[in-house]
Amino acid sequence: MERLVVVGNGMAGVACVEQILKHAPKFEITIFGDETHVNYNRILLSSVLAGEKEMDDITLNGLEWYRNNGILLRLGVRISAVDAIAKTVTGEDGSVTGYDKLLLATGSSAFIPPIPGVDKKGVFAFRNLDDTRNILDRAQEGTKAVVIGGGLLGLEAARGLQVRGCDVTVVHLMDSLMERQLDPAGGEYLRKQIEQLGVRVALGKSTSALLGNGHVEGVVFKDGESLPADMVVLAAGIRPNVELGRKAGLAINRGIVVNDFMETSDPDVFAVGECVEHNGIVYGLVAPLFEQGKVLAATITGNRGPLYLGSKQAAKLKIMGVDVFSAGDPNAAEGAEIVKYEDPTLGIYKKLLVRGNKLAAVILVGDVNDSHRYMEWLRADTDISPMRRSLLFPEPSSDDGRDVAQIPEGDTVCGCMGVTKGAIVHAIQSRGLNTLAQLKECTKASTGCGSCTTLCQHLLKAVAPDFEEDGRKVLCACVPFPQESLREIVRSQRLKSVQDILNIYGNGVGCEICKPALSYMVDVVWCGDHEEDRSARFINDRVHANIQKDGTFSVVPRIRGGVTSPAELRKIADVADKYKVPLVKITGSQRIDLLGVRKSDLPKIWADLGMPSGQAYTKGVRMVKTCVGTEFCRFGTQDAIGAGVELERRLENLFTPHKVKMATVGCPRNCAEATVKDIGLVGQEGSWQVVVGGAAGKSVRKADLLITVESTEQALEAAELFFQYYREHGNYLERTYDFVERIGMEKIRKETVYALDPAKKGLLDRLRKSKAISYDAWQEGASPVNPTQFVQIEAMHSPPGYFPPEQFQGAPV
Amino acid sequence: MSWIRITNTENIPLREGRSVRVGDRDIAIFNLGNRFLAVENRCPHNGGPLAEGIISGKTVVCPLHAWKVCLESGAVKKPQSDACVMTYPVETVGDIICIDIPANACAA
Repeated sequence: MERLVVVGNGMAGVACVEQILKHAPKFEITIFGDETHVNYNRILLSSVLAGEKEMDDITLNGLEWYRNNGILLRLGVRISAVDAIAKTVTGEDGSVTGYDKLLLATGSSAFIPPIPGVDKKGVFAFRNLDDTRNILDRAQEGTKAVVIGGGLLGLEAARGLQVRGCDVTVVHLMDSLMERQLDPAGGEYLRKQIEQLGVRVALGKSTSALLGNGHVEGVVFKDGESLPADMVVLAAGIRPNVELGRKAGLAINRGIVVNDFMETSDPDVFAVGECVEHNGIVYGLVAPLFEQGKVLAATITGNRGPLYLGSKQAAKLKIMGVDVFSAGDPNAAEGAEIVKYEDPTLGIYKKLLVRGNKLAAVILVGDVNDSHRYMEWLRADTDISPMRRSLLFPEPSSDDGRDVAQIPEGDTVCGCMGVTKGAIVHAIQSRGLNTLAQLKECTKASTGCGSCTTLCQHLLKAVAPDFEEDGRKVLCACVPFPQESLREIVRSQRLKSVQDILNIYGNGVGCEICKPALSYMVDVVWCGDHEEDRSARFINDRVHANIQKDGTFSVVPRIRGGVTSPAELRKIADVADKYKVPLVKITGSQRIDLLGVRKSDLPKIWADLGMPSGQAYTKGVRMVKTCVGTEFCRFGTQDAIGAGVELERRLENLFTPHKVKMATVGCPRNCAEATVKDIGLVGQEGSWQVVVGGAAGKSVRKADLLITVESTEQALEAAELFFQYYREHGNYLERTYDFVERIGMEKIRKETVYALDPAKKGLLDRLRKSKAISYDAWQEGASPVNPTQFVQIEAMHSPPGYFPPEQFQGAPV
Repeated sequence: MSWIRITNTENIPLREGRSVRVGDRDIAIFNLGNRFLAVENRCPHNGGPLAEGIISGKTVVCPLHAWKVCLESGAVKKPQSDACVMTYPVETVGDIICIDIPANACAA
């Protein structure tokens, strides 16, 4: 097999490799990335900055993808030299790698303007995950932040910083924001809206120096004015990284020059992405880069034929909540007719440039609903004379599906991920997709900026036989939002009590379905640091016992791992005698159940037992069953009891979307049935298999393998990662066996055991925080949340024949 | 009929119920925030303790099988049923909840 070396692990390079893999397997592929992360969605860095997404949310290809496709991935290695004669690349680590074909996908770097002081501390570029992390470390509530650059990137950085509570000023060299995509009037609409959101904009300002002693303290302009600054973000443009291309002897202008087949001047060296110049144009938006990648994949795999003929540049984005769309060159107005519409109050601006009855450019600010129509006219060079009476506002369509039917198959619907309408329709039909969530998972469409979500939904509606709008699966009529949205609302609006959620987002009343669900939600979102409202919880969670058919309760003390002692058994027996417990039963969970206990006896029984609650009554951690393991069993290969008791200790007292039953077994004979538990640890010689999503209840389901690890500590950590992930993403009353099928094991692995370290740490930190606040519920026996919780109230005066005092005479009935 | 002083209002937490014994009657009293309502503490379905249920507006949901009972009328709202529980008039005088116990039990 030929060796393909890819330099650059960014969106364009990896997307191109994905396309190459779609052709017959031909290459042994090595990818070098100078960042230490797997391929992520650079477009969403602004969402990470704004706190809408976590760093691990924007991963596009997890390690598993590289592994599954046999790709050797080298991260954190910068390639510093190419020898096109010897056909080798040399890394900064000294490694020399030979290639048969070389793909340069080196992208671009932030342009650092030559201003005195840019090397001071507190001055950042905004280009990659590390930049983003550095900015986040610095950005605090009230930090004075100056963003230099009023283009796309600068405004996105400004938005992120503003959301973080910084005091933000955008400084722009030109007299109008985003002057390449907008005309001055459009830029002015954008400026007004951005300033309304609290970000200051200073236009026509040329920065002459950054001040400060070591650390940046201010910005000085050529006109003599200055601004104080605790931090400065440089977003003054990007420059293609062409240095390696030059070293390889390729033809270079602004970028590495490629032809319509995406070939460079060297037959064995290819280039794709932001480092490439095609027909005089260097593309910086992602959709054209994906188009290039498809053509390149065909050429490099010997299927030379498809041509790249350049892309119509279009930018559709939300800047600080303001929708902006721009396509074509809106500033080349010569010889063009201008059709426009403005509504200053609503902040809507639409402008079309029409040349010879064809659309030449379009600007939309504040309302981008028609962008797809305009994009289509631009691409297809449509004669728009028949539509001239409704250029700015389409005639209302009586047929919802018509818009969708008008889009050609090959048209890109999701610009971020480069997914065409044809691919979406094919996926819907061949995989039987019915929901947007399934479509996202399967095709990645609509997982980028989200601006194509409506269109994707229309496509689903038009094509899928059993289309379900995701929004319909709401928690309940009292709070008509999907649980996923509610979790986000609770988090972003900092809601800590069930009643607040019901008052603000619901009918103010709630019911037996939504109240316990919302109770769980505030608990998990705030890691236990919420306002507990017992009236919103089921009786079991008020009295920490399981209500029975006759109104009595059952008591199940915690017996970790099913391991007890004669003393404990004696105590249980004494309690059963003393309180005349009608039924004592060994449960299926290796525990003992005392059934038929009166509510008022519960606190006394708990005190006499002196054992913690086994949570057998709640949606929470039930137990860890264990087999004997190496302790006594002659077949045992792992210490199942030790691992099980430790697992139970680490997770007990926590709440979960539904009950969580676990087991650990010391060998694959599986005596404690770990493979049909929500979480199971299956020991084998030298390792543990961690399995999840098993069931042996209403349905029987064999658990899926999460990961195989060598040490017990690793197994416990994998279990904890899955446990917390389920807590955070599971819907209330969704058992793990439904959860793993809904989310998919591949995604679960990617976001738990194979997640980047910061993401793993996040899960474990939140788990520990919840755990630190949690406590044994039976401690409430001595000090109940409500003093009358376990008390049988007796009337103050006993009837019958009681006659009220004077004040009661004539009391209304 | 006779008005009985039952208990201090603070003994029944907001949006919760408590059962109270009055002679041989088991009565569930609920705190709806702006008023207290009282019904017989026995679900018409299987005798579940209504006082332990979650309150949803003016109804309580039985903890055993989620029957919904209107606390004003005593009528079962869900499932469809003609069954009902007895309701008791409630007044609060100062901090004291008082219930009017009829001389002879009859359905409300």
